[in-house]
Amino acid sequence: MTAMLQARGVGKRFGAVVAAAEINIDIAAGERVSLIGSNGAGKTSFVNMITGYLKPDEGQILLDGSDITALAPRAITRLGVARSFQIPQLYGELSVLENMLVATACHDNALSFWHGARRAAAVERADALLLRFRLDEHRERRVAELPGGVRKLLDIAMAMTGHPKLLLLDEPTSGVSADEKFPMMDIVMGALGQETREREMTVLFVEHDMDIVERYASRVVAFYSGRIIADGEPKSALATDDVRRYVTGELITE
Amino acid sequence: MAATITAPAAPRAKAAPSPARIALAGLGFTALLALAGLFMPKWLTFLITMAAAQGLVSLGIVLLMRGGVVSFGQGMVFALGGYAAALAYNRLGFTDALGLTLLGGVTATLVAAPFAPLLARYRGIFFAMLTLALSMVTYGLLMKIEVLGGSDGFNTGRPTLLGQTLSDARVGYVMYVLTLVIATAMALLARVYFDSTRGLVTLAVRENELRVEYLGGSVRQAMTINFILAAFAGGCGGALVVLSLGHIDPNFSYWTTSGEFVFVAILAGSQSVLAVFVASTVLEVVRSFSSAYFPNTWQLALGLFLLLVIRFLPGGIGSLWIKRSKK
Repeated sequence: MTAMLQARGVGKRFGAVVAAAEINIDIAAGERVSLIGSNGAGKTSFVNMITGYLKPDEGQILLDGSDITALAPRAITRLGVARSFQIPQLYGELSVLENMLVATACHDNALSFWHGARRAAAVERADALLLRFRLDEHRERRVAELPGGVRKLLDIAMAMTGHPKLLLLDEPTSGVSADEKFPMMDIVMGALGQETREREMTVLFVEHDMDIVERYASRVVAFYSGRIIADGEPKSALATDDVRRYVTGELITE
Repeated sequence: MAATITAPAAPRAKAAPSPARIALAGLGFTALLALAGLFMPKWLTFLITMAAAQGLVSLGIVLLMRGGVVSFGQGMVFALGGYAAALAYNRLGFTDALGLTLLGGVTATLVAAPFAPLLARYRGIFFAMLTLALSMVTYGLLMKIEVLGGSDGFNTGRPTLLGQTLSDARVGYVMYVLTLVIATAMALLARVYFDSTRGLVTLAVRENELRVEYLGGSVRQAMTINFILAAFAGGCGGALVVLSLGHIDPNFSYWTTSGEFVFVAILAGSQSVLAVFVASTVLEVVRSFSSAYFPNTWQLALGLFLLLVIRFLPGGIGSLWIKRSKK
């Protein structure tokens, strides 16, 4: 099994705060990995270093064996790494469909002065994704008017337009009410499922809700103050003392 | 005044009119105006010629505005185009109006292009001030260079068109039609650009640059291209104005000139291409009439007018016939 994503001794500090220290991890194609940890543990920093938004102070990040540590976000995106955001990054004044068309236009790497943004092929592709994410009923609405959960879904759908091989989801269910979390993750994982099976797309998601982690992840990586404190099957990783002490907060005293 | 170029106020779910229909409507409108020009008094054809030519400069600003920046220095490319055309006429003896217009556009593009990647890094007030600075440097240079006529500028003669010499009686009308045709062509091209994938990405840049980069699009590239295209449009406009006016001076690059182009762009809004030329005509009409009736306070009339537009039509004149759903 060759790893599609590898981190080799990755470290990052912000002044006295350690965001990452000696992070070593191998992730295989097709895995569904959940990154867990308390706030400030280094999950989002790790995601930001994979996508090139932050540069590690030390270590390397490899995608399919080639070093992407020094590349800019755009170059990394072009290599097939897409992400969604904790706070959805959308174009509020444009419609849902137009948001998707921006995404398809950018991903195609075929920006044109001549070809209409609404040409049939692009609209068809956008519509297919909207349908998979159950966003088709909102197609013509202005994004600024949409409820939070719908915006989260659109944010992920936009990341999917480029058929990424690695998809990073930063807290897909944050800001979504408790009883909507499972239905929403069902939609997301349902929409992603096809591609994780057929193309072995890898999914990394940052998550705080352990019920969601247990249900949807095939592997759990737990962070605490920039270090990995557990890595493995959800059941066993969540049961370790370190995770119970520092992440889920169950083990309070001896 | 160019073309009618925008989606009608149809519900957005409906498809936009096909490019062929837009082009046809644009050409029809231009032909109608050209025909009407035969029966217009001279001052009116001249006014429309000026409005269409200067509208090209504002069209460039609208292009930039769609990406979220406003240039307060389009007087620079306007002057560059004008000086290039006038100098080619006087010094090189090249008199073809169409050729001179393109020469103006190309010259402005070539001079502006090296600055484009630098300006593409800046937004908001910094972009506006840098473009203003460039135009004022150009103004200062033009004032000092004696061979270019210094502060008085210089005159230039009557152009020819495609090998035809134009009589005094005909030159005004021919320039009117030529300006209409060029403005229409540029307006139609602008519409095609606005509706293209690049055009949509420009709108996206205005709203969220970070996401554009994370989708694999280049923000810098989009801004650089827009500045260069705006320079070309402005250069063509400058050349057309000089050819009809027969005179050029450094005021072409002065900040109040740039301000008028911004005025027109804001008046028009960034949705409709036709609106740019309507707004440009409005400015010319207000300028002509107020300077006739209250010569020293015409800016006052202009200012009040802009105030009313911003208060009651924040989307510009174009929002009168292009509606975005705001439920």
